[in-house]
Amino acid sequence: MKKAEESLRLYLHIPFCVRKCLYCDFLSAPATETVQRQYVDALIRELRAVKENAENDSREGKIPLSLRRISSIYIGGGTPSILPCGEIERIMETVYSVFAVEDTAEISMELNPGTISDKQLLQSYRRSGINRLSIGLQSTVDSELRALGRIHTWQDFCETYDAVRQSGFQNINVDLMAAIPGQDLASYLTSLHRVISLKPEHISAYSLIVEENTPFYEQRDMLVLPSEEEEREMYEQTKQVLSEAGYERYEISNYARKGYECRHNTGYWRRDSYLGFGIGAASLIDNTRFHNTEDLEKYLNSSSIMEIREDEQVLTGKDQMEEFMFLGLRMTEGISKKKFQDSFAVSIDEIYATQLDELEKEGLLYVEKDRIRLTKRGLDLSNVAMAEFLF
Amino acid sequence: MIDQSKVRNFCIVAHIDHGKSTLADRIIEKTGLLTEREMQNQVLDNMELERERGITIKAQTVRIVYKAQDGEEYIFNLIDTPGHVDFNYEVSRSLAACDGAILVVDAAQGIEAQTLANVYLALDHDLDVFPVINKIDLPSAEPAKVIEEIEDVIGIEAQDAPLISAKNGIGIEDVLEQIVKKIPAPKGNPDAPLKALIFDSVYDPYKGVIIFCRLMDGRVKKGTRIKMFATGTECEVVEVGYFGPGRFMPCDELTAGLVGYITASIKNVKDTQVGDTVTEADRPCDQALPGYKKVNSMVYCGVYPADAAKYPELRDALEKLQLNDASLNYEPETSIALGFGFRCGFLGLLHLDVIQERLEREYNLDLVTTAPGVVYKVHRTNGEVLELTNPSNLPDPSEIEYMEEPIVNAEIMVTSEYIGPIMQLCQERRGVYLSTEYIEANRAVLKYELPLNEIIYDFFDALKSRSKGYASFDYELKGYERSSLVKLDILINKEDVDALSFIVFEGSAYERGRKMCEKLKEEIPRHLFEIPIQAAVGGKVIARETVKAMRKDVLAKCYGGDISRKKKLLEKQKEGKKRMRQVGNVEIPQSAFMSVLKLDDK
Repeated sequence: MKKAEESLRLYLHIPFCVRKCLYCDFLSAPATETVQRQYVDALIRELRAVKENAENDSREGKIPLSLRRISSIYIGGGTPSILPCGEIERIMETVYSVFAVEDTAEISMELNPGTISDKQLLQSYRRSGINRLSIGLQSTVDSELRALGRIHTWQDFCETYDAVRQSGFQNINVDLMAAIPGQDLASYLTSLHRVISLKPEHISAYSLIVEENTPFYEQRDMLVLPSEEEEREMYEQTKQVLSEAGYERYEISNYARKGYECRHNTGYWRRDSYLGFGIGAASLIDNTRFHNTEDLEKYLNSSSIMEIREDEQVLTGKDQMEEFMFLGLRMTEGISKKKFQDSFAVSIDEIYATQLDELEKEGLLYVEKDRIRLTKRGLDLSNVAMAEFLF
Repeated sequence: MIDQSKVRNFCIVAHIDHGKSTLADRIIEKTGLLTEREMQNQVLDNMELERERGITIKAQTVRIVYKAQDGEEYIFNLIDTPGHVDFNYEVSRSLAACDGAILVVDAAQGIEAQTLANVYLALDHDLDVFPVINKIDLPSAEPAKVIEEIEDVIGIEAQDAPLISAKNGIGIEDVLEQIVKKIPAPKGNPDAPLKALIFDSVYDPYKGVIIFCRLMDGRVKKGTRIKMFATGTECEVVEVGYFGPGRFMPCDELTAGLVGYITASIKNVKDTQVGDTVTEADRPCDQALPGYKKVNSMVYCGVYPADAAKYPELRDALEKLQLNDASLNYEPETSIALGFGFRCGFLGLLHLDVIQERLEREYNLDLVTTAPGVVYKVHRTNGEVLELTNPSNLPDPSEIEYMEEPIVNAEIMVTSEYIGPIMQLCQERRGVYLSTEYIEANRAVLKYELPLNEIIYDFFDALKSRSKGYASFDYELKGYERSSLVKLDILINKEDVDALSFIVFEGSAYERGRKMCEKLKEEIPRHLFEIPIQAAVGGKVIARETVKAMRKDVLAKCYGGDISRKKKLLEKQKEGKKRMRQVGNVEIPQSAFMSVLKLDDK
């Protein structure tokens, strides 16, 4: 039986963007303002339905989701900042009317340079309670931005960043990307140093992955990507340069000043419960995973939330253990043996002794008292290590 | 009793794709035993695989009734034959049961290599052969030219050859009439002691072995005690019958001149050797029929279950396949890299392919096969001769006096513009040029002696690509010749991988070794450490590549908490690893063992 005070995290998906980037395989596309407003209406309906369902939940003896306190909210996309002024406010007002959001809750939103033409927008975000902004920069070199199909320049970003700071936001993330077509180590380091000089609280640094179903995938044979050695060097330098600048690596691709780690994302890795809203949004509620339909038409026209939920999967004990390992090990703090024992009523050694032993021998992982962590090499080769924990 | 003069036992021979099976279909259709609706496209090609590839692998046979223009009803026993060179042996078996043959020649393509090979085979069996010109409705058809070609090259009368289109049912009546007129009736003595030739057999779980036979003399019915000449096995006949379209039709008695089947609760296929003579136990005939020479496997390779636990299933599957295909042979072998499996012998590469596909498809097995090789004769210093089918068994070089390899006589028919490229190909494959014979102004037969091991990998493909598909090819074993051969070993991370070793001509060893290493470098995934790949002859490394160590392998961002997607990626990684073979501490994907078969860049 879950306790009522166990908190919940919310994810809200805004599947719209000005133009699709060439590497993007996320659920997002350009749309008219009318469609965007219709979507927000549907999102609000979905949020309200949680409250309306509360009665059913109580009757079935479950704690209604709307009674759980909300510890973090993440508005992702797409480009949420593309929505017309007032729409984010509308959404957040609904959130507050349905859920009890903690005063200290982290409320993040993704934002792209070149979409904040109206200064009122940033103020309206502040009014909505948003206290963390994540800005998609990717590169500070305009030719690289063009290669990615981004709609903005480095200059656009700087203006957005200044405006965001001036509006009073004190927790900002900047997304950076390595292994961009046409990029070399020098230009990557330029980007890294320029970003550091802006002193954001958080930096996410990823390598470009050419995913299927993207324009890049179609042109993959023609893309001039940095060599493996160069990409590797970018990755190494990221760790070193950011660490010297006072950013601690707390997850494979995430760096933050002390105390500014993204609580929402950390929640995913710790397997906290979260409820997703909007098309394609994933949820984990007390060891049941499901996600919403990816069909926009269906989502806009649905009359009940049960219609849009798909692929409900009740995680078995083994599924949970696998997730505990491969999600937990993404974080540099690693996992706790005791937490494993408390969660599954069996010791981790009883389940994974062989795997832990072997990975430790290969130098990918180390055990220190209660904690198990990936080594530096283990983080670099995390897929190899994590795959071992699947049954 | 059926009047022998109203029986015609015949087969159809042709080059591949000249329309043999289609003609067979039309003959069956026209004789009215099947309605059009019942006709599957090609009735005789039973096996799914045959239908897909459009080839006939196993001889099939069917009895039909034809009411001729003379008002009489004739019984036709149509015995289908495989067209591919790999299956010459099967062709022989079928021909021995016939009295005549229809030669189908494509009106556009004319005579091809296998046309000749099959006609000569038929003539060797003293069959009366009459030609049929097929596909006359093609725009490129030149029937007059083809008729001339048949008379000139083969030397059989062709002026009144039926001009047909089997596909569109044109001229089929004409073929049926010529079967009656040109194929001789059998002339056996029904009162003489039983003398029947076994030309095939299949195993049925309920009836036991079903013997396909042609009665030369005598008669057989339920209750007859029969005896196999070669094996001496005696048993009592349970059922006799003939071949209806797609099924067995029991009847009271088979008599001289007929083609049919016999069952006698025989459990062991080995008791009924194809080519053997069936006679009566109480009243045996004086002498067995000549039978035909048993062919030996020409190509060998290791066949292993992808999942080692499936070894018993693979063994059972091979056993069952062998019941129906005596030309397949196998014996258990063990490989350090691949575990328990079998060394299998095949008639040729197509045969190997067909068996492999049948194992995978009909028996649901995932297989790993090693590079095919031929049978080498190893003359040891102590005078013994070893027939080597597995490179791993090659004795120490100090114990080898010399080695011999099989050589084939190859005939390649090609239009003149491609003679150059084809001659170059044969040269590259160590061919010895014999002659060029023009069969018409711009088409010639090139004769070469080629080592068999040079043509078992990708010769067909190379031939096709270098002649834009215009060359056809046939070969027969000539014999063994002394040759400089070495064993090429592959070392992965310093460990000798037995399943990758093969025997190669000394002069080609460096080139092959280099290509092997390059190919394996592509196939072997990166490990946490560096992996040297080496090719060595007699302990001396002749080529080397390196698979670099993997230093980075991370998942990007967890998008909106979509954990299932990340898990799927990890599962894929894990699944990939499962399908690998462990050699030392290196995981080798199963595809690596097979990809080395395709080393030619062209």
